[in-house]
Amino acid sequence: MEKMPKWADVVLIPLISLLLAAALSALVILAIGEDPIAAVKLMVDGALGSSYGWGYTLYYATNFMFTGLAVAVAAHAGLFNIGGEGQAMLGGLGVAVICLFIPWPHWTIALLFATLGAGLFGAAWAAIPAYLQAKRGSHIVITTIMFNFIAAAVLNYVLVNVLKPASSMDPASARFSEAVHLPSLHELLAPLGIAFSKSAPANVTLLVAIVACLAVWLLIWRTSLGFEIRSFGKSEAGARYAGISPVKITIIAMMISGALAGMMAINNVMGEAERLVLNATEGAGFIGIAVALMGRNHPFGVFLAAILFGFLYQGGAELALWTKIPRELIVVIQALVILFTGALDNMVRIPLEKIFLAFRREAN
Amino acid sequence: MDFLTLIQVLDSTVRLATPLLLACLAGLFSERAGIFDIGLEGKMLMAAFFSAAIAASTGNVWLGLLAGVGSSLMLAALHGVASITFRGNQLISGVAINFLAAGLTVLIAQDWFKQGGRTPSLLSGGRFEGLEWPFAIGPQDAEATGQPVSQLMKAANPVQQVYSELISGHSVLVYLAFLAVPATWWILYRTRFGLRLRAVGENPAAVDTAGVSVVGLRFAAVAICGLLCGIAGAYLATALQAGFVKDMTAGRGFIALAALIFAKWRPWQAMGACLLFGLLQAVALRFQNIELGPIVVPVQVMDALPYILTVVILAGFVGKAIPPRAGGEPYVKER
Repeated sequence: MEKMPKWADVVLIPLISLLLAAALSALVILAIGEDPIAAVKLMVDGALGSSYGWGYTLYYATNFMFTGLAVAVAAHAGLFNIGGEGQAMLGGLGVAVICLFIPWPHWTIALLFATLGAGLFGAAWAAIPAYLQAKRGSHIVITTIMFNFIAAAVLNYVLVNVLKPASSMDPASARFSEAVHLPSLHELLAPLGIAFSKSAPANVTLLVAIVACLAVWLLIWRTSLGFEIRSFGKSEAGARYAGISPVKITIIAMMISGALAGMMAINNVMGEAERLVLNATEGAGFIGIAVALMGRNHPFGVFLAAILFGFLYQGGAELALWTKIPRELIVVIQALVILFTGALDNMVRIPLEKIFLAFRREAN
Repeated sequence: MDFLTLIQVLDSTVRLATPLLLACLAGLFSERAGIFDIGLEGKMLMAAFFSAAIAASTGNVWLGLLAGVGSSLMLAALHGVASITFRGNQLISGVAINFLAAGLTVLIAQDWFKQGGRTPSLLSGGRFEGLEWPFAIGPQDAEATGQPVSQLMKAANPVQQVYSELISGHSVLVYLAFLAVPATWWILYRTRFGLRLRAVGENPAAVDTAGVSVVGLRFAAVAICGLLCGIAGAYLATALQAGFVKDMTAGRGFIALAALIFAKWRPWQAMGACLLFGLLQAVALRFQNIELGPIVVPVQVMDALPYILTVVILAGFVGKAIPPRAGGEPYVKER
């Protein structure tokens, strides 16, 4: 017998965790000597009150959709991919290589190949830890952490020694050509007669991210590969007995995960910066963990949680601009969300299960 | 490269290896008891901030150390509650602790000191000074002779150079860190507590059957881990550097974790691994790109080498690293 109805598991527990995180964050804001209610108002105004705010919120959300999906796909296979950050960095390298060295006639074709390049680089970077876990038994969490640092060193080397134009001091690649400029939401919506902020960075990649959400849903729940991934994640012994190869599933699931994390780069590298810079990922790979936990590893949940974190990011930037509250408040909120929805899940779940059981007993 | 340069590189190796060693031993206690800890970084960072903040405001470095250890113990308690009491995912808890520390330190630093997320620079009383050993060349000799220490050191004979530069002149925490290695070995392999600690990381059910509390042992291990991480963080902010800056641990918690795996969860080997990784950092700091004949090793390779070595070791290409068997799994008592 289920201890709790499904809706409680999917909706109530994340909501309670979010409320706990919000309450603690409010205490932090009070301790700094600011008004939490005014802070929330400012955040809502700054992130959702204008098309400019929405443009930034959706831009961040696009990043988090990719990294959140990456963590979610790996989680369905029972793997904790903490290396989204490194995979996204390598994805950026893939995008830069595609955009810098090939003269594309039109952005649509460039986008297609940049997506492929970003995905390939990200997948390749995830494939090594996956292979080592599947074949050599090294723990995927430790290896992917190490690969984040190695990726940072690789990127640093390539930017300083290979991609940096000779005339520049900045460790960054040259600007991409005008032909690979991705249309922003302003340029996309203007023909439809909808006015959208010109300066906000949200771009066509948002649509790619939404397609990715749908594709992941199809993959996980409507294909036999998805079925194999899920059964492997639930019980490795069971999956093995059913003839599912653990090596194959580990490597494929991690490569899909790495490809998704890498594809984030078409948003931040191709869509926004239009060149590859150091630290282009800005921690989005790690936010994917919070997003996937919050969204319960479901693509739709990830979609919503990504928008929530996009809102927090843009709202947090506004807070830092207008109040004494530094941007790092967002890092604290992110930590609390990971803590409550991930590590302290049982703290919320066990009392809730007791309440539901008590109600059921009364009903009988 | 002359002899003195070599000694100077080794001297900075010792300094840079100290925080790694303390954090590595911290992780050793925790992981040997079956609690994975990827939150070493966060605990160090928290301790670095609070030790610098309290040392800056009271002018007393020992109060700073106490505050640093206290804050690290708080995070360790959080990790314990999440992963032992509520049987949560230990890896996720560690990730959360790292972010909590990264955010809170800057948040509080900005609120207290308003210097863009850093503490004021620590003056002499707020720092751990180097301990001058008898007969070693130090600032006092420099005052007496009127020559700078570097001049005196160059003129000294090699034995004196090794003694004065490498052995003498470190802060008390450095010596403490290296003494912690035999202490850890002794606790782990020569005491009843150590035997039980190792057992609880391999087979908690057996420990439970013997009537020893699994929960109690694991909390003790997590607390020792918090204590050592606290000292490591305090060393960073009050001895190695003079004050806290944002994200000052800079991945050291993860290098310590790498060293722990490299050492296959054993104390003496942990010291060796930390010294090796400390040497890599010292060399990268001093030489940037290294020319080995026709090949130039770029500085980024030195940065990434600890991580690459760990991956290679973990993959079992050079001897297999096998973690404690019950690591990462919450213990559920049978009913």
